[in-house]
Amino acid sequence: MNLKRLAVLGLVIPLITACGSTPSTGDSGAAPANGSGQIVVGLITKTETNPFFVKMKEGAQAKATELGVKLLTGAGAKDGDNEGQVTAMENMINAGAKGIMITPSDTKAIVPSIQKARAAGVVVIALDTATDPQSASDALFATDNFAAGTLIGQWAAKAMAGKTPVIATLDLAPGITVGAQRHNGFLQGMGLVSGIASTATDLASSKEVVCAQDTHGDQTEGQTAMENCLSKNSNINLVYTINEPAAFGAYTALKNAGKEKNVTIVSVDGGCQGVQGVVDGKIAATSQQYPLKMASMGVEAIVKYAKDGTKPTGYTDTGVTLITDKAQSGVDSKDSTFGSANCWGTK
Amino acid sequence: MSSEQSAALDQRPGIVKVLLASPILGPVVALLLACIFFAVMSPRFLSGPNFSLILQQVMVVGVLAIGQTLVIITTGIDLSNGMVMALSGVLIASFASQKGLNPFLAITIGLLVAMGLGLLNGGLVTGIGLPAFIVTLGTLNIAYALTRIYTTSTITNLPSALTFLGNTFSLGGTAIANGTILMLVLYGITWFMLKYTPAGRSVYAVGDNVEAARLAGINTRRVLLGVYTIAGLTYGIAAVLQLARTGVGDPQAGQTSNLDSITAVVLGGTSLFGGRGSIVGTLLGALIVGVFRNGLQLLGVESTYQVLITGILVIAAVSVDQLTHRK
Repeated sequence: MNLKRLAVLGLVIPLITACGSTPSTGDSGAAPANGSGQIVVGLITKTETNPFFVKMKEGAQAKATELGVKLLTGAGAKDGDNEGQVTAMENMINAGAKGIMITPSDTKAIVPSIQKARAAGVVVIALDTATDPQSASDALFATDNFAAGTLIGQWAAKAMAGKTPVIATLDLAPGITVGAQRHNGFLQGMGLVSGIASTATDLASSKEVVCAQDTHGDQTEGQTAMENCLSKNSNINLVYTINEPAAFGAYTALKNAGKEKNVTIVSVDGGCQGVQGVVDGKIAATSQQYPLKMASMGVEAIVKYAKDGTKPTGYTDTGVTLITDKAQSGVDSKDSTFGSANCWGTK
Repeated sequence: MSSEQSAALDQRPGIVKVLLASPILGPVVALLLACIFFAVMSPRFLSGPNFSLILQQVMVVGVLAIGQTLVIITTGIDLSNGMVMALSGVLIASFASQKGLNPFLAITIGLLVAMGLGLLNGGLVTGIGLPAFIVTLGTLNIAYALTRIYTTSTITNLPSALTFLGNTFSLGGTAIANGTILMLVLYGITWFMLKYTPAGRSVYAVGDNVEAARLAGINTRRVLLGVYTIAGLTYGIAAVLQLARTGVGDPQAGQTSNLDSITAVVLGGTSLFGGRGSIVGTLLGALIVGVFRNGLQLLGVESTYQVLITGILVIAAVSVDQLTHRK
């Protein structure tokens, strides 16, 4: 038996050596490509499944095909999976990527790995979500999430005129900047709080907010959260949601309670299904953002860097539009027809 | 494989006999085929730096899988390991970087907490006779909640003593992470213990037939307590590796590690029914997952397909195990 074990070991050792032997291709890390001379660009999203990131990937792929570069994609196993993103980034650097676009799942935790990538000569662009600190990445292409929140807040203030708002906020998760920026922007836009820094990572509160729950942007969790909020206070008449899946969850809970007619839901995202929610009257207003554009711009910037060495820098606002079929005077908005035509940046 | 068993299997087909004699052959062949496939498909796969990277990428799950292997050999299962790692890691990071404790003292505290939770698992399994699945489902939730209660924000600026294992040294021009060496050493120690010490053999005995083991004079309760506590220790060590690898204390770490470590164990040919299993197989199992993830990424295949392939491999591995051991 021991002899057989030895024979097995004899199999294992050459195997490890085989895997570990030196490469036959002599190209160094400075070479711009994967052997064939093609520029390689990486895109790492939080998850593979969220439609927002699917759209982002479409934008990146379309631009990559147009410019004749190779796109590698990767993602965490689930929202918050930092190590999965780290692994994807390492693999892309090894695959010879000149630049990597990333929507960080954990804005702080990813920073040491981004530093390693940049030290290896890879340009890193944060998409949609800033790293913490923002300067950890070369550039940021994103929605101004505070402005997105402010828009729905301003709209809600007008729409609720004459009524005392009783608010539930269905938020993202603790410690995630995007969630705090939208939430705080909303409250500031409504005029319930003032002077909050747009970079604050803590959720602001005001006496009108009777219930604040985390949903992780998930429809089922959004429904549960709304049900809990209704048991806490049945007079809620305004619901802010972190995104449209959470909004749909909230709508289901309100409908089950027979309250969907008297409660206004506002949201952020402007995805194609989300805008359909505006058409159907489930969501009153939503701030539309443009992930396809972020990724498309990201690919362009990386290809430019690969060709002439110009690095993208700073923050580029990819824009936000308020989508509602109940326009309020003094608040810029477009109707759901525009929203559907441009959902998440489709052209 | 005992000689009585092999004697009874004379009528079986040759391939079954070979697999029974060397259960590790399955993962070896799978890994070899995967390596050959990716080497042909991508010029960047077959390189020292890339293989060193794969080892780095599997070191956290690899060490978690050591404890998982021990638990599974005793017919148990540990769902809590990823969360125990997250708790331990956050405590170590916080004590060392925010509270200014000596990093080694912080690590000691983290390891003790992880061992304590392991001991709790073992105590509930042996003391009250609860199924390991339920006990560790409970401690999974407890450790998750304790982590979130302690902190929800990522802990940065770790002292260099905590990131040392993530640093690399050069071996023939290839950068090898210190943590990789630690993982291999831990596998070596576990392999030796399981194979050459009475304690190690009693782990198999308890897993094979707990009643028979008791009658043979083995203190089965002590063996189980020991297994779960040592498993806890490996989760604490995995926490240290995780801190070193990512450079931060991450309260969201390890959320899928329990299933990832079980995947490595199963791919490595360890039986979920206990009593049979190889620690070297587990290392190969972890490497198989790592090779597929890395190779597919180099080819530009999206990661969903890696999940798909892992699923197919798990079912294939369990099927091979069942078919070869069917009485």
